[in-house]
Amino acid sequence: MSDHASTYEPKNGFSKWLDARLPVVRMMHGQFIDFPTPRNLNYMWTWGGILTFMLVVQILSGLVLSMHYQPSDADAFNSVEAIRRDVNYGWLLRNIHAVGASMFFLAVYIHMARGLFYGSYKAPREILWILGVIIFLLMMAAGFMGYALVWGQMSFWGVTVITNLFSAIPLVGTAITKWLWGGYAVSGVTLNRFFSLHFLLPFLIFGVVILHVWALHVVGQNNPTGLEIKTKSDSVPMYPYAIMKDAFALGVFVLFYAWFVFFIPNYLGDADNFIEANPLSTPPHIVPEWYFLPFYAILRSIPSKLGGVIAMFSAIAILAFLPWLDTSHVRSAKYRPLFKWFLWAFFFAVIALGYLGGKPAEGDYVMWSRVFTAYYFLFFLVIMPIVGLVETPRKLPNSIMDAVLRGGGPMSASTATAAAEKR
Amino acid sequence: MKHSFLKGLACLGLTVSIGAFVPGSAFASGGGTDHIEAQHWSFAGVRGHFERNQLQRGFQVYKEVCSTCHAVKRLSFRNLAEKGGPEFPEEGAKGLAETYKIVDGPNDQGKMFKRPGRLSDRIPSPFSNDAEARSANNGALPPDLSLIALARKVETEHAFWQVPFFMAKDIVMNYQEGGADYVHAVLTGYSDEPPAYKEDHGHLIRVSAEEAKANPKLPRCASITSEKGSPDVCNKLADGMQYNAYFPGNQIAMPPPLRDGAVKYTDGTPGTLDNYARDVTAFLAWAADPKLEERKRLGLMTMLYLAVTAVLLGFAKRRVWSGIPH
Repeated sequence: MSDHASTYEPKNGFSKWLDARLPVVRMMHGQFIDFPTPRNLNYMWTWGGILTFMLVVQILSGLVLSMHYQPSDADAFNSVEAIRRDVNYGWLLRNIHAVGASMFFLAVYIHMARGLFYGSYKAPREILWILGVIIFLLMMAAGFMGYALVWGQMSFWGVTVITNLFSAIPLVGTAITKWLWGGYAVSGVTLNRFFSLHFLLPFLIFGVVILHVWALHVVGQNNPTGLEIKTKSDSVPMYPYAIMKDAFALGVFVLFYAWFVFFIPNYLGDADNFIEANPLSTPPHIVPEWYFLPFYAILRSIPSKLGGVIAMFSAIAILAFLPWLDTSHVRSAKYRPLFKWFLWAFFFAVIALGYLGGKPAEGDYVMWSRVFTAYYFLFFLVIMPIVGLVETPRKLPNSIMDAVLRGGGPMSASTATAAAEKR
Repeated sequence: MKHSFLKGLACLGLTVSIGAFVPGSAFASGGGTDHIEAQHWSFAGVRGHFERNQLQRGFQVYKEVCSTCHAVKRLSFRNLAEKGGPEFPEEGAKGLAETYKIVDGPNDQGKMFKRPGRLSDRIPSPFSNDAEARSANNGALPPDLSLIALARKVETEHAFWQVPFFMAKDIVMNYQEGGADYVHAVLTGYSDEPPAYKEDHGHLIRVSAEEAKANPKLPRCASITSEKGSPDVCNKLADGMQYNAYFPGNQIAMPPPLRDGAVKYTDGTPGTLDNYARDVTAFLAWAADPKLEERKRLGLMTMLYLAVTAVLLGFAKRRVWSGIPH
C-alpha cells in the first residue's frame, strides 16, 4: 500500500500552491479517502476507529478536568467532588472521562482479540502489532495512574499494592519503590508525580498511535480471509465505504457509552473509591479496575511475589513475540480448524481470569487462577508453535473477491448483490 | 463465513447466559450478613427523580437525629434550595443557615469570631475534628454522610456462571441504588438480640425466632466463623455494640438511631421507622449525587439524539454498500 498513489488533484490556486510546498492534503487524501481497504472487512475492523475516537475523547475531557483538579494529598478527593457538584457540567466531564477509560479498554481488548483471531500479527504486520502492544502497555500505565488521581480508598490502596510490586526486584527493588513513591510510603508526593505522568502519557500514546497507523498504511489492513489484496477488485476505497461503516459502528458504540455515562456512571467503579484515601484503614478487598483483573489474577496465582510480578509482566510482554511463536502460514483462524478451538479456549481463560481476579485469593479461586494462568502461557508457548506445525488448514479462497463471491457457492453478480443487501 | 468471529462471540455469550439460568451455587458461602432486598426508589431508573417532600422529610430526619453525630460536610445551605434537591424556599434555607453560628476570621484585630451562617456556608459538622468525634462516641468514628449512598454497596453472591447474567441485568436495568438499599437496610436492621444458633456436627445452624424463644439457653451469636476442618466459632456480641443484620460483621457501634414516632412529620406521612429510614436514605442519595436529575434528564435526550444518529448512519452505510459485494 505504500506505493499507493494519491489521486488528489488540487482544484484552485491556493491548493495548488500549498500542494507544491507541503502536500499534506495530498497525503491525507491518499491515506484516508481513496486508500484501498479490503471489501470483506467485518465490524471487528471498526474498533481501530473507535479507539482513535476514545483517545481524543479522553485527551479533551481530561484536559478540561485538569483545569479543575488539585493533585495534592489534602485536596485531590475534594476537588473531584467539587467537579461533580459545583463545576458546570463537571459531573458530565467526570463521567465521560471515568467511564471513557473503561470503554477505551473494552475497545482495545476486542481490537486485540480480533488481531489474534484473524492473525493480524503475522508477517508483514509484526511492527504494526508490536506498536499495538506498546500502546496497550502505555494505556495500562495511564489508566492505573488516572485511577490513582481520584485519591479514594481504592485508588490509594491500589497504588500501594501495585507500587509495592517493584520491591520484589532483587537488590534494587526497595530503592526503586522509594524512588517511585518519592518517600517512604505512598503519599501526596506520589500523587503529584502520577498526575504529571498521567498528563504526559496520552501524548506518548498519541505518538505511538501515529506510528501504528503509519505501519498499518504501509502493509495494508488484514481481513477475515487473511489474504492480501491482490487485484483492484479485492478492495474498495476507504471513503465512503470503510468510513461509513466505521461511522455507523462508532454511532452504536457511543450509544452504549452514553448509557453508562448517564445512567450507570459508577457501575464500573468501586464503591470504596467514594471514601477519601486513608492510609490508616485498609479496605477488606483491594481490587483493581476491571480491565486489570486478568493480569491481577495471574499475579496472585504465583505463590512467590517476584514470580508473580514476572508472570504478570510476561503475560503482556509475550504478546510482542506472537509473530514468531505462531508457526502457521495461514493467518485467519477461520481456516484453522484446530487452532480455532484453542483460541476460543484462550479467550475463555482470559475472561475467567478476569472473574477470578475480582475474587478473594483463597480456596478454589486460587486453584482455578493457576489452571487458567497455566493455560494462558501454554497457549502462547506450546500450543501456538505446535498446532501451526501439525494442523492441516482448510483450503483458502483464491482471493478476497473470490471469498466474497463464493459465500456458500458460486454466485452471479446479482445474487452477490442480494447477499450483500442481506448483510 | 466472514462473520465466524462474531458467531463465535455470540455462542460464547449464549453458553454463558444459558448457564446463568441453571440454579445452584458453586461457591456456597458461609456467614456474611442477611440478604439485602432491593427497594423501590423514586430516583431509580432512566426517568428517576427525587420527590421534594421526601427529601424535605429526609433532611428533617437527618437534622433532628443523624446530625447529632454525623456530618454532611460536602453540602452547603444553598444546596438545600437548589433545583433537583429538597428545593426548600431560599428564604427558608437562609433562615436555617442563620440559626447556626459559624466561626470566621481572623478580623482586623486578628481574632476569630462567630457570625450567623449564610447560604454559601457548608453545613457545620457536629464535631470539630475526628478525635473529638471519637472521644464522644466511645472510640467509634461516625462517618461523614455526604457520599455514604455511593460509598456503600450490596454484596452479591452468585455462582460464577450466573455472574454474566446478573451483570447484564444490572446494566440493562441501570441498577445504581445498591448504596441506598444498604443504608436503608442498616437503619432498619437492628434487633435487640442476635439470632440463636444450635450445634449440629460441629456446625452452628441458625434457628427460627420461635425455636429461640422456646430454648432460651441456645447461644446467641452476632456472627459465625467457619473454617474447613474445625468446628464453627460463635462470635458473641461485644460490649457496647448492637446487633445489625446487614452491617458487615453484624456488630455496629451506633445505637438504633430511629424508632417509630422519633420524628414529628408535619405533612401527614406516618412516622414509622421504615418511613424515616426511607426518607433519610433518599436525602442522602441526593446529597451524594445532587446532579442526578439533571444527569438523567440530559441522558434521555442524549440517548434519543444518539439513537437517531446511529440509525441514520446505519441507513447511509447500507445505501453506500448496496450493490457492492462484501
